Amino acid sequence: MGKALMGLATGAAMLALGVGAADAQEKMKVGFVYVGPISDHGYSYQHDQGRLAVEKELGDKVTTTFVENVPEGADAERVIEQLASSGHKLIFTTSFGFMNPTLKVAQRHPDVKFEHATGYKRSANVATYSARFYEARTVIGQIAGKMTKSNIIGYIGSFPIPEVVSGINAFTIAMREVNPKAEVRVVWVNSWYDPGKEAEAAKALIDQGADVISLHTDSPAAIQVAQERGLWVFGQSSDMTRFGPKAHLTAIVDDWREYYVNRVKAALDGSWKSQDTWGGFKDHMLFLAPYNPALPADVVAAAEKTRTDIMEGKRHSFQGPVKDQSGKVVIAEGKQATDEQILKMDWYVEGVQGKVPK
Amino acid sequence: MSAELALLGPILAAMLAAATPLLFAALGELVVEKSGVLNLGVEGMMLVGAVCGFAVAVQTGSSTAGFVAGAAAGAGMAALFGVLTLLLLANQVATGLALTLFGVGLSALIGQGFVGIPIADVPELYIPGLTDLPVIGKALFGQDALVYLALAAVPAVHWFLYATRKGLILRAVGENHAAAHALGYKVIRIRFLAVLFGGAMSGMAGAYLSLDYTPMWAEGISAGRGWIALALVVFATWKPGRVLLGAWLFGGVTIAQLHVQGLGIDIPSQLLSMLPYLATVIVLVVISRDVARIRLNAPASLGKVFHPDA
Repeated sequence: MGKALMGLATGAAMLALGVGAADAQEKMKVGFVYVGPISDHGYSYQHDQGRLAVEKELGDKVTTTFVENVPEGADAERVIEQLASSGHKLIFTTSFGFMNPTLKVAQRHPDVKFEHATGYKRSANVATYSARFYEARTVIGQIAGKMTKSNIIGYIGSFPIPEVVSGINAFTIAMREVNPKAEVRVVWVNSWYDPGKEAEAAKALIDQGADVISLHTDSPAAIQVAQERGLWVFGQSSDMTRFGPKAHLTAIVDDWREYYVNRVKAALDGSWKSQDTWGGFKDHMLFLAPYNPALPADVVAAAEKTRTDIMEGKRHSFQGPVKDQSGKVVIAEGKQATDEQILKMDWYVEGVQGKVPK
Repeated sequence: MSAELALLGPILAAMLAAATPLLFAALGELVVEKSGVLNLGVEGMMLVGAVCGFAVAVQTGSSTAGFVAGAAAGAGMAALFGVLTLLLLANQVATGLALTLFGVGLSALIGQGFVGIPIADVPELYIPGLTDLPVIGKALFGQDALVYLALAAVPAVHWFLYATRKGLILRAVGENHAAAHALGYKVIRIRFLAVLFGGAMSGMAGAYLSLDYTPMWAEGISAGRGWIALALVVFATWKPGRVLLGAWLFGGVTIAQLHVQGLGIDIPSQLLSMLPYLATVIVLVVISRDVARIRLNAPASLGKVFHPDA
């Protein structure tokens, strides 16, 4: 609640600045709405890297405004509305919970173009985009399967939404392929960002025997815990090596730079239209942070092969047969999960402990 | 079942650590409320304590200095609250909420240059023999100094409130400020000191988080623990000993629900997380009846503005 009001206050102050600075050369104004602080060194930080890439590349044609720490809900609508009504012609709303507010504001401003991240609703002036995060989870799942000695892998989840569940599944499928004895234990912290709770979750999983930790939350707290306990861990959204140089095997890094530059260019030359983009390794929407030098050469080689195979379309993260926890084949032999199936995933594959919270 | 039993030690150790920031902040707030002042700014003071503690620890390389700085920063925030509510007679509830909002923003501002800097955490105690004891060894003899400091604060606060003359006067001010004033006690001064103490304790809670619990600065690192501490004071019905039990319960439930999930036990984790709050709500409902209020020893002048001329 405090954060909400703070975010609004900073937002309002920033917008006031934005409105005040009348632009001499009529540059196009581009707005960005972030759910977290740009200093999170995770999710929002990467979106802001995309904004900076736009500034760098097209700084002579556009000016950018960003509002950070915008809570998902009614406040988001106010912030987006403010951006739209203060002359921003293209607005990126970068969190799932901004979906409905974005559509509402878009309806009132048909002349403004919107880009909403990770959502599934579009309209004439709202495009959506997301990254196939699960592709990278296939690679790190394979590494985890090879590096574990205890055969217990700890997985810290934020919320049981399809994006996270499909990540757990992609990770587990690749892990079991190289190590059928390994199992994944999931702990949900019901937050995207709570360093204390993420650290507690990491400790709980390690106390239960996990020797590799994977996370789908945004803070580096679990990296520190793994470093302290001398175990392995994967970073999330950004390279988190410096929080645990010994423990950090690699990280899934989101990369929005190319996409943002291309979409702003399209808006500038009039070729922009509403569409859905869901890109992976081959679209440069994600990459892996440098591998830990402690990783054996054959593990790195196998990981690189998996990554290039995914990139070239030779391998799919959900290649049948894929069984759910009860042993029922959900994705048949020779088939791959459809995008629809991945976007709606609410079940665990074989090898994950526990149930998906409903 | 032995695997679960083996987990008991780590769970106990983690529970004590999780309870530590709650204990610092709640004990501080208890003294504040006992003097008749309600400061809802705990979360804000905690955050400013966390960021100042971290900043000083990074600059000096000493976590002790950081911890002291955290306490000082918390007290500084509390001083602001004291001036507004005790000297300028502003509404305590509104001012406390504003203090939290201010603290969230200020800590983010101060912390901008400190995000992403890792520091070494406070070393843990190791006593050969004792620390290696099964189950209780790590929990009782393998924590860091701050955990023991928080524990020691419980009897200290109890002793001050119930066994010293100054504590008696502080309680008198909290029960009936007009009567205390008529007897010649300096109500404003006593409350101001209590507020400063509460702020310092909140600052220590924050510094514990950023220096030791998760040794880093991140915006909003306290993640609502300040509000939990406030609930804890009510839950404990203003008794230091019960604050300790409450902190263990709140901390224990947090840790236990994570373990329950990891073990795949089929209890909704949200249900476990909710229980301590449910107890707090029940206490709040019960004390809203006057008779029970007295029995549960809520300070009678809590949150009431004191105007010496009135």
